[in-house]
Amino acid sequence: MMFLLETVISGLMTGVMYSLVALGFVLIFKASGMFNFAQGVLALFAGLTLHGLMTGTMPFTHVVYPEYAMPVWLAIPATIGVMILLAVVWERLVMRYMVNQADIILFMSTLGLAFILEGMGDIIWGSDVKVLKLGLPEGASDFLLTNFNLYVDKLEVFAGIVAIVLVTVLAIFFNKTRMGRALRAVADDHQAAMSVGISLRAIWVTVWSVAGIVALVAGVMWGAKSGIQFSLSLIALKALPVLILGGFTSIPGAIVGGLIIGVGEKLAEIYTGDLLNAAFGWDAGIFKAMENWFAYMLALVFLLFRPQGLFGDKIIERI
Amino acid sequence: MMADVGAAAAPVGGSEYVIDERISDEIVLDVADISLSFGGVKAIQGVSFNIRKGEVRAIIGPNGAGKTSMLNVINGFYHPQLGTITYKGQRRTAMRPYIAASQGIARTFQNVALFRGMSTLDNIMSGRTLKMKSGLLWQAINWGPARNEEVAHRKKVEEIIDFLEIQQIRKTPVGRLPYGLQKRVELGRALAMEPELLLLDEPMAGMNLEEKEDMSRFIIDVNEQMGTTIALIEHDMGVVMDLSDRVLVLDHGEMIADGTPDEVQGNQNVIDAYLGVSHAE
Repeated sequence: MMFLLETVISGLMTGVMYSLVALGFVLIFKASGMFNFAQGVLALFAGLTLHGLMTGTMPFTHVVYPEYAMPVWLAIPATIGVMILLAVVWERLVMRYMVNQADIILFMSTLGLAFILEGMGDIIWGSDVKVLKLGLPEGASDFLLTNFNLYVDKLEVFAGIVAIVLVTVLAIFFNKTRMGRALRAVADDHQAAMSVGISLRAIWVTVWSVAGIVALVAGVMWGAKSGIQFSLSLIALKALPVLILGGFTSIPGAIVGGLIIGVGEKLAEIYTGDLLNAAFGWDAGIFKAMENWFAYMLALVFLLFRPQGLFGDKIIERI
Repeated sequence: MMADVGAAAAPVGGSEYVIDERISDEIVLDVADISLSFGGVKAIQGVSFNIRKGEVRAIIGPNGAGKTSMLNVINGFYHPQLGTITYKGQRRTAMRPYIAASQGIARTFQNVALFRGMSTLDNIMSGRTLKMKSGLLWQAINWGPARNEEVAHRKKVEEIIDFLEIQQIRKTPVGRLPYGLQKRVELGRALAMEPELLLLDEPMAGMNLEEKEDMSRFIIDVNEQMGTTIALIEHDMGVVMDLSDRVLVLDHGEMIADGTPDEVQGNQNVIDAYLGVSHAE
């Protein structure tokens, strides 16, 4: 029983990590109707930049000067500054020319951004796996271990708290301010939004800055868990089933979707094989790697029966 | 083809002297020698005209004449290669959408451009974007100045909803509304900006007779009661002749006539353009 509980908790925490990445996708999608393929790479780039600043690595040469290393409290705002600068440059060079373009063209531009950023990350900061030392809580929670004999990683609990705070702030920002209405307007119709005086440029910079900051949070959490490495950009792929499950337009959906997939794939990995073996006597060896494909299978089922996801907007169209 | 569709509600009273009182000599918008092309396609070629404060100015012409392009130039979606636009005394080579909106130019679109996922109320509220001044932080906690402001704007929006007689669809997502009502919501969003110059791109396209009469009535009321200057593109000649004070006729991007409805109606170039005399070029 304890083992089941530990599995579920561990699944929940992995789910929170997925949710953090999925959140970045939902933000851009809600705000612009655009699927941002670069979200995973943004997280990677933010993580690399933070690591570079904290260790005093010289961009491009990768030489480390420890005397220039920034403390955490300075490096994080500086990284946020870099992400905002990136948003401004991206708006100036690309988004400005994308008014009223088809969704697929916007999507392709983010694909381009993903490759450019991945390359830039490599050139500027180097491609080796980096260990991010932020002084975040680590290891098992002694309290739970001694009193309940439960193994729970403190870092994962911390990630959960961060996710809750982030979602609350974002939900207020997008639902209660005029910025929220303006963003939804831009997502629906660029020209109409411009005609009522919404500045598309300001909106793009805001949206991409927020996406960059969410990416930083995701990058820090994943980085602290498993180091900052280029495979981080592939976590974006795991966020896709999360989005299909939760609905592309729903912030709560990204959270719940992440949790369901996190828990689901852990349980499936551990129990499916044994259950099938016990019930039918199958040698269910193939189910041992189920963690890798469970999420995609679940997404497929959702696409068939509930394409808008659990919380997504139902698509209304007069024909 | 012309003036045989008596769709519009006739202006109230003796139209002649009403016009005199409404319109001042002040020129709100002066468009001088505008040329616009997309690659090799010449959309507008050397067109000049002006709009006086308080008038209803119609722009007509066959399909592809450059009417919508002209509206897009006026509110800054298109930047002409040649010519100048003088709005409220300020001369520019090109308008910018944000400046147009903040200086009182509102518009509707030929193919309804509403925010489909939002309710009627939110759509019209979005027209108040530029009028909202309180800080984002106040809005986030919905307290203090932000709260008072929201209430004031909501009141204004409710007035517009009453004016357009769309109370019953206040909370309906606009994607679900029939076309005629969508057009009305779009007009509402433009009115929420309290514009000085209102650009209407085919406000009656695809409407039935009754809907056209309603829309004509709203346009007349906006013009007479709110004193809003209106530039209007419309294909229904009956509507154009009844509503407008002056008519600009475009064909293949060139101006072929400009004058009162009666003058334009009798113009041989206009008749040719509409009946399709071949262009010897």
